[in-house]
Amino acid sequence: MPGGSPSVSHEAAHGSQDAPAVVLRDAGLSYGGAVLFERLELTLAPGRTTCLLGPSGIGKTSLLRLIAGLAEEVSGTASDQRGRPLAGRIAYMAQQDLLLPWLGLLDNVLLGPRLRGEARDPVLIARARALVAEVGLTAEAGRRPAQLSGGMRQRAALARTLLEDRPVVLMDEPFASLDAITRFALQGLAARLLQGRTVLLVTHDPLEALRLGHAVLVMRGRPARLEAPLEPSGAPPRDPAEPALLHMQGELLRRLTAARNDEPAPRQVGP
Amino acid sequence: MSRLRPLIIFAGLIALWQLVVWASGAAPYILPGPDRVALALVARAGELARHGAVTAAEILLGLACGTLLGCASALLLAAARPARLWLLPVLVVSQAIPVFALAPILVLWLGYGLASKVAMATLIIYFPVTAAFFDGLRRTEPGWLDLARTMGGSRLAVLRQIRVPAALPALASGLRVAAAVAPIGAVVGEWVGSSAGLGYLMLHANARLQVDVMFAALFVLALLAVALYFAIDRGLRRLTPWQADEAERF
Repeated sequence: MPGGSPSVSHEAAHGSQDAPAVVLRDAGLSYGGAVLFERLELTLAPGRTTCLLGPSGIGKTSLLRLIAGLAEEVSGTASDQRGRPLAGRIAYMAQQDLLLPWLGLLDNVLLGPRLRGEARDPVLIARARALVAEVGLTAEAGRRPAQLSGGMRQRAALARTLLEDRPVVLMDEPFASLDAITRFALQGLAARLLQGRTVLLVTHDPLEALRLGHAVLVMRGRPARLEAPLEPSGAPPRDPAEPALLHMQGELLRRLTAARNDEPAPRQVGP
Repeated sequence: MSRLRPLIIFAGLIALWQLVVWASGAAPYILPGPDRVALALVARAGELARHGAVTAAEILLGLACGTLLGCASALLLAAARPARLWLLPVLVVSQAIPVFALAPILVLWLGYGLASKVAMATLIIYFPVTAAFFDGLRRTEPGWLDLARTMGGSRLAVLRQIRVPAALPALASGLRVAAAVAPIGAVVGEWVGSSAGLGYLMLHANARLQVDVMFAALFVLALLAVALYFAIDRGLRRLTPWQADEAERF
């Protein structure tokens, strides 16, 4: 993993300038006649990382997709604190790296500019190179995704997300498919690079949530509701060996177990 | 060994052919042996080359037209909903008409020359190319499309940058099928009415009981078809190099 470099703090400063709060109102989703959630409200604090946990199929991904403007099936509105829409201020990172197999790594990182017809902009190319260096992939910049390991691919996806330089970042289990050590390293990297942005991180991993989140939320029940957030002290990424953190992990695991035992798990609606 | 394998298979097939001739005792005007056909190949080399060139031109022009039309149709179907609603059913139903049955009509309309055969080859490959490419365009990984939406890509940009490249492997399978069936279209066209081409040569030889010439023409046609298939296969591999990556992984 690379060490710190001036370009990072630059990144973070830029993102934090206008990081808005994200306000989700009256969110509702029914699936096959069953109400997964209704009249759900959620506010993501500006410039902070909010982690969302809960049993599979409860609707975490649907909430995230509603904010991203990708979920036609979910009702509700997502806006900033002044009620303005969030379109154009969001970057999205999924569990799959979603790298395009025919493009080299650097071109994949430049996907956003390519789609907007800005890929020849030398400033953007320089920033893409800097981010690729930041995630430690300079030597692999010309390789196609199939020639990269899972960890490298996910780091490339992180660089692509950051190149968008949006104040709001939505991440749906971005590190779930990685081995524990790679995941640990990537969490540190992500926390550093995402500083100052408004982040929603959906995860299944309590320790990940507690390392990275300013607020940790559990979604449970049917129709689902959100419990009062846990708020670990200190700045992320936190040391997983910290006693306070471990204590909180115990509490979080208890909540998650209770959430799963609430009732028979609803039918899967996605990962 | 792997380089020699095709040669060994070829030699084996020739030997088998000779064996059948010996075992059955078939008269040369029913089943000539490989030796007679080889002699015919040499004796009529100039004629075979001339007619072979005509057939090759028909096949290549048909492939080019069919591929262009097929790709354009698939893009139209993928990009415009009305095209899907109105054109797709027509396209599917049109496949119920056996293309071969159209050959006499095409010859009637377009004459005995090149045009009717090119039209025949075009028609016969149009559907496999359109269907394969459209299928590929329709099956874009939804995650890529979601990502592109959050990035603010226009529909055209998404089509060009994501959906078309993602559909290239599917198009490649369609083109491989096209390469295999295009010669059929050209030869059927020649049988129905022509003054040149390997199909014409075969009919002509058949009428005079020159069975060895028929076989020689058939041999040249097979050679043409195989060469075409491998040339196209190779070109397609170059066009989709990441497919080789995938193959390595499995």
